[in-house]
Amino acid sequence: MLLASDATSPVFSWNLPADFQDMWSYLYMVNAFRAGLVVSVVCALVGWFMVLRRQTFAGHTLSVAAFPGAALATLAGFSLSLGYFGFCVAAALVIAALGRKGRDAGAEESAVTGTVQAFALACGFLFISLYKGLLEGPTALLFGDFLGITTGQVLLLAAVGMLVLAALAVIGRPLFFASVDPEVAAGRGVPVRLLSTLFLVLLGAATAEASQITGTLLVFALMVIPAATAQRLTARPAVSLALSVLLALGSCWAGLIAAYYQPYPLGFFVTGFAFAGYVLAHLLGWAREVVDRSRSAVQIGGTA
Amino acid sequence: MSSVFSQPFFQHAVLAGTFIAVACGLVGYFLVLRAQIFAGDALSHVAFTGAMAALAGGYDLRLGLFAATIGAGLLFGGLGRRGRPDDVVIGSVFAWILGLGAFFLTVYTTSRSGSDQGGAGTTVLFGSIFGLHGDQAAVAVAIAVLVCLLTLLIARPLLFATLDEAVAAARGVPVRLLGFGFLALAGATAAEATQAVGSLLLLGLLAAPAGAAIRLTDRPFRALALSAALAVADMWGGLLLSAERPELPPSFAIMATAGAVYAATFLIRPSRAAQPAPA
Repeated sequence: MLLASDATSPVFSWNLPADFQDMWSYLYMVNAFRAGLVVSVVCALVGWFMVLRRQTFAGHTLSVAAFPGAALATLAGFSLSLGYFGFCVAAALVIAALGRKGRDAGAEESAVTGTVQAFALACGFLFISLYKGLLEGPTALLFGDFLGITTGQVLLLAAVGMLVLAALAVIGRPLFFASVDPEVAAGRGVPVRLLSTLFLVLLGAATAEASQITGTLLVFALMVIPAATAQRLTARPAVSLALSVLLALGSCWAGLIAAYYQPYPLGFFVTGFAFAGYVLAHLLGWAREVVDRSRSAVQIGGTA
Repeated sequence: MSSVFSQPFFQHAVLAGTFIAVACGLVGYFLVLRAQIFAGDALSHVAFTGAMAALAGGYDLRLGLFAATIGAGLLFGGLGRRGRPDDVVIGSVFAWILGLGAFFLTVYTTSRSGSDQGGAGTTVLFGSIFGLHGDQAAVAVAIAVLVCLLTLLIARPLLFATLDEAVAAARGVPVRLLGFGFLALAGATAAEATQAVGSLLLLGLLAAPAGAAIRLTDRPFRALALSAALAVADMWGGLLLSAERPELPPSFAIMATAGAVYAATFLIRPSRAAQPAPA
């Protein structure tokens, strides 16, 4: 973020090969692109199932849990990745143990969730303020930072990402069945409850990965928006899964490029690009509906 | 220890905090009862972006705060219950709004180079009740009193409209107008709470006392009063805790007290429910 305010700030020319050569001459940018690749693929796939299962609220809670995890890791001096993954997966297990209450539950449960989320964020703030050395304060953790990604972190992200994808590949088909029609799936002997717990753990791992790129508050940019855009554009599962990966990767890499040349935070660009795609998809959908309606109206008018 | 209480910053914090807590308790009770906690969550996102936009534009922080939250409250009221978008849409929109807030934060912190503005984002996100000046505290108290009076004024019809919307509408209660006005009040309360505990934590100050009060009593007006009283107790407890242990930030101390009080009601409830109900 501080990069562009330097005297030798890079300037974007439309000569793309030269731009990429310039960017990739820095190891941290190469690492950022690698991490972006891993995170967007994992998040888009897991996020696609999350949107399908309408568990965005659980995703929100998990992403909130990432903040105290990272802050505690900074304070206690253990690995940041451990803090992210540990807290997110633990939070996923807690949510799974409490059962699927979510948003449909009564007023009391929503008060509990609101209190728990605020308390988790307050704990994160406590850890941050106890740790005096962090100059930028909590904003880097909350809104994302890509300057400090090391090769070791990328390898860890890739390893966890492979695990998540492998697990998702194994449970993908029954999970899809259980998400679309839980009663029939349970009737056919699909272990719906076990699948739901497994999926929440995968969701926790994916949230922890995304938090390290976009920051804990902006996880939705890579998890929800691409999947929602893809599901709006096409109804076929395989196509929309692929589309969701492409959209996430596109907005993540475009965000990285923009953040390299502009002094504004990465999270802003990633959310901005992803949201622009979402709005475009909705406009396209409406336009298609209007065209279809007028065409059918013309046909009806023609036959009459 | 006693010296802290005579410090002006602590007195301002207690003064402003008390009235802000009363407003949060009253409005939060209706928010929980109407199952609109998610609106509170949304307001907390909007509050951050509004405050940062005002700072980046060179205006007073509170101007952006109140304009953004009350505007968002009116917008929710305008969308109404029927036109309520699903949570995927809300999640997408609010991720974008927060991203915009991060953008304004960077605009603000980089525009005044050299000056000590790096903490502005932290202040808005997590609050700094000990940083309120005398006139800021006075304005906060005045707005909180106004919010409390308005809430109490509409409390009876609002309660009726909340518990049984159809009957209330049939009896001639302006249900839609009440919902609209209430969300505007919730917006003003969110802006007030942002000054005390910050935009990320205001949800806890709205939800925890109200949730505890609803657990403790079934009578609406008693719960309303209890919610306000618990909010004040949480606020005072948090401020005392923070004065006693200066390494604890006040926002955390307030949230910890509120969370602990709420958790305590879960211990009380089962024993009370186990007793045979008097016929």
